[in-house]
Formats: sequence, structure tokens, C-alpha cells
Amino acid sequence: MLEYSLRFLAGGIAVSGFAALGDTLRPKSFAGLFGAAPSIALATLLITLSQKGAPFVALEGRSMIVGAFALALYSWTVCVLLKKFLLSSWAATMAALIVWFAVALGASTLFQLS
Amino acid sequence: MIVKFKPSALRQTHWYEYLVRFVLGGVMTVATGVIAARFGPVIGGLFLAFPAIFPASATLIEKHVRERKEKADLPGARRGKEAAALDAAGAVLGSFGLVAFGLVIWLVIVQSPASALILAASSWFVVAVLGWQVRRWL
Repeated sequence: MLEYSLRFLAGGIAVSGFAALGDTLRPKSFAGLFGAAPSIALATLLITLSQKGAPFVALEGRSMIVGAFALALYSWTVCVLLKKFLLSSWAATMAALIVWFAVALGASTLFQLS
Repeated sequence: MIVKFKPSALRQTHWYEYLVRFVLGGVMTVATGVIAARFGPVIGGLFLAFPAIFPASATLIEKHVRERKEKADLPGARRGKEAAALDAAGAVLGSFGLVAFGLVIWLVIVQSPASALILAASSWFVVAVLGWQVRRWL
């Protein structure tokens, strides 16, 4: 229970901290970099490292590469849905989740990461 | 185009919007831990790059820009969407920084855990900013 409380606190602080930093930066395209900041990774890897050890975290890092490519495609899809199809931000970001799941889970199965 | 730091922009965000981001970030971090414990590090690692608060952030950007434009009697709907699209374009480049982050963690953490985290965070920043700069040149 303590571990999950720590994770919640660390994740909340890291995510809202990076998001607030992004709010203060201009131009918007630069601020957007912080939309893909390693906030959850930084918050969670330290705790995982202390509990499960470095080899476990190394495997998470390897999978994260695949997840990050999926995030790049997700963000690009959101951009297209907003600019070309004029969807609302909420609709675009939720619809594009299909892309993230398809790429992340598809690629990890394809390359048999495990 | 020079990058500007504008702290006054923080006043545009309501307290409950900060709370939403905090709770979403916390919940997603807990969920990542649960997924890694249940399905192992291979699946758990994927979710370290999950767009957890992206929907909330993009919606906030669209709303803030739309409200600002409408206050000035300008059509805000399209400008709000364009601002959110620009943010998403930036996130594409930030994602390549995340690739570098994961690569460093994978290759360095077993040898040197403390320096791996610092090096990984620095790699994210350098790759993301370089990507942004290169995109401007093209």
C-alpha cells in the first residue's frame, strides 16, 4: 500500500510539474515537447529500481522504446485529426488511443520482446 | 523564433485543472506499477510511454485559446484546435526524446543505476530540443 501511495504522489507531482512547465513555454510547438516528457518514467523507475532491481528496469526501458514510437505515431495522428478533420481535442486524443495500443502491443508481439 | 518563458500563463489554469493533472498522473503511475507487477516488465515498460495526460492537456489548451480569442470577439474554435495541434506536433518530437530515454535506461542502468537516470533524462531533453530545432530549419 505504501508503495502505491508513493507512486501516486511521485507520479502526480512529476506529471503536473512537467505539464505546468509546458504551460509557461512559448511557442506552442516547443511547449508540446513536454507533452512527451518522461514524467511517469522518472516517477516510477526509481521506485521500481529499489524494489525489483536494475535488470527488471532495463527490460522496462527496452519496452519503453517501442511505447515511445507508438506515442510519436499517436501524437502525429492527433495532429492530423485536429487539423484536417477538425475534431475536438478530446475526441481526437481519445480516438488516437487506438493507434497507440495497436502500435505498442502490435510491435511488442511482432518483435517478441519477451 | 526564440523560446520564451511566460510564468503568467499559469494563472490561466484553474486549481481544479491542476488537480485533474495531478490525479491523472498519480493514477497512471500506479497503473503502470500494477501492470508491470501483473504482466511483467515487457508489457509494463510500454506504458511508461502511454499518453496518460495528453487528452486532458490538449483539451485545456484548446479551451484556453478558444476562450482568449472569444473574449477578444474573434472566432476561437478553429484557433483552439490549431493550438492543440501544434502541441501534438511538439509531442511527436518529444516522443523521439523518449526513445533516447528508454535506450539509455536499457543499455546503462545495470552498470550504473544512478547515472543512467540522469543520462536518460538529459538524452530526452537534448534529442527533443534538437528535433524541434531541426524541424524549424527544414
